[in-house]
Amino acid sequence: MPGRCPVTAPTTAPAVDEGDLLAHFDALVAAGETIEPRDWMPDGYRRMLVRQIAQHAHSEIIGMQPEGAWLTRAPSLHRKSVLIAKVQDEAGHGLYLYSAAETLGVDRAALLDALHRGQQRASATFNHPALTWADTGAIAWLTDGAAVINQAPLCRTSYGPYARAMRRVCQEEAFHVRQGYDLMRALCEGTPEQKAMAQDAVNRWWLPAVALMFGPPDTEAGGADARTAALGAAVSRRAMAWGIKRHTNDELRQRFVDSCVPQAERLGLTLPDPAIRWNEERGHYDFTPIDWDTYREALGDDTHWARQRIAHRRAAHEDGAWVREAAAAYAARTDGTGGEDE
Amino acid sequence: MSITSDAPVVRRPDPLPGEQPSAAPDLARYLLRLGDDALVLGQRLCQWITRAPTIDEDLALSNIALDLIGHARALLTRAGRLDGTGRTEDDLAYGRSDREFTNALLTELPNGDFAATVARQLAYTHYAVLSYETLAHCADPDLAAFGARAAKEVAFHRLHADRWTVTLGRGTEESARRMRDGLERVWPYTAELFEEDEVVRRLAASGTVPSPAPLRETWLGRVTEVVTEAGLTVPTPAWSATGGRSGLHTEEFGPLIAELQSVRRQFPGGTW
Repeated sequence: MPGRCPVTAPTTAPAVDEGDLLAHFDALVAAGETIEPRDWMPDGYRRMLVRQIAQHAHSEIIGMQPEGAWLTRAPSLHRKSVLIAKVQDEAGHGLYLYSAAETLGVDRAALLDALHRGQQRASATFNHPALTWADTGAIAWLTDGAAVINQAPLCRTSYGPYARAMRRVCQEEAFHVRQGYDLMRALCEGTPEQKAMAQDAVNRWWLPAVALMFGPPDTEAGGADARTAALGAAVSRRAMAWGIKRHTNDELRQRFVDSCVPQAERLGLTLPDPAIRWNEERGHYDFTPIDWDTYREALGDDTHWARQRIAHRRAAHEDGAWVREAAAAYAARTDGTGGEDE
Repeated sequence: MSITSDAPVVRRPDPLPGEQPSAAPDLARYLLRLGDDALVLGQRLCQWITRAPTIDEDLALSNIALDLIGHARALLTRAGRLDGTGRTEDDLAYGRSDREFTNALLTELPNGDFAATVARQLAYTHYAVLSYETLAHCADPDLAAFGARAAKEVAFHRLHADRWTVTLGRGTEESARRMRDGLERVWPYTAELFEEDEVVRRLAASGTVPSPAPLRETWLGRVTEVVTEAGLTVPTPAWSATGGRSGLHTEEFGPLIAELQSVRRQFPGGTW
């Protein structure tokens, strides 16, 4: 097991050769050791992590909106409590992840600004509207279900603060999936109108979940053409070499489909993909490949809802500016901590 | 399953050990008031979530809303058993019309800006801690246990309100102005929290639950301390609002209840 290298950045340690630092970094990653904030790391690694962690944090914060819109309309006090707790968890996940990103030398205020200005993005999954109560169930069951599959390997990602944040996130996400499934089960066992509402929600949330939660296709088998697959695979390969990712997008996507099909069958719901069928030879379910056209179709980029999500977030931030200023002024005056420093 | 009668089966609530039968309808009405306060204020706080000044506040306000809905569930469940109808928490939350809700008007006031919400929280939390503490000493062990737990939880909400009142009062010129406006806005609605009517008087006379009226002095002392620390003055409104406890609400209340009940009413006979 390689020893720790207490070097913060190459510029502060001119005597150390960058080649040695890189070799040491590679050895740590290869040995399955975590990289910690004070360790030297390649710039590309730092940039890839900041980009990925920020996008994840932004997705938690933006993802509060479609479900948050149903808090006041939840049809039982039990479901209302469950939904408040879930949206609250998402705010908490956003905070853990922004904190993890801050260990890489960026601050939360700058990341939020980048989100508000459209320079960084949240998952396009949430560019879709939550039109009925059943959407809150479909989101929890499908998109949180996809998130769990996507994120479980990140609990062992090479960057320590990210891995530790993800362990907490994943535990809570797994709980959300069970609640989402339970909500859908209640609707499917209810009146025909309730079941129709559940099916309609699944029809609208399946593609955003299966396409967007796992990122673009990165293998030919997954549906990308040779050139796209090569491009996507190069990014995935880099992320895997650094221990940031553990699996290709398409591998995780297959795992998701394999878990959802039997669950949908138990609910008596139909996943809106006629190509879904068990493939004995592969030992997996076949499904319509997420090629670039399908992916773009699912994006919902630059639509009413894509704009609305950011506008809602920006309005909250701007309306609250005077509160943050007051908290900062009070804290400065009293040496106390008066609230969030943004 | 053997069918012995075509008559609909009405589930009678279990008799509660140690309960004065004659006190039950009054106690039910009293608990319904407290439950409606928590439900309606929780519903208002839900409207903040995703709109708070910081993500930390989204988290704090959702935490408070979650506790309030929890209190409402316990109180409505109990009220439904005590009034002899056997109505569940959801029957009471989703099956009553606007006029049947008996929350104090303070809890239904629209959120306004963050300072107005903090002012409403300040007034409510200081009242609710005192009110739940009196429940904690009542003879019924279940109700006493609930009162003790709820008082502890609301004490955290009170801390949140106290801190923000002081922070805003002593923050910037703008925040101090907004905090003052917030207090002015909600203060005429605070007297109703301590109102006495026949229900409360009978409960107090039978020793079931003390009247909230004498709590007002302690309440005023405590909020005055916080408001003074914030560099502001407790308003002395020339009028006070009333009506909530007898189902006479503000015009803003209708849309709040319509929104609360909309999905459930859209799917009659649904299971959730």
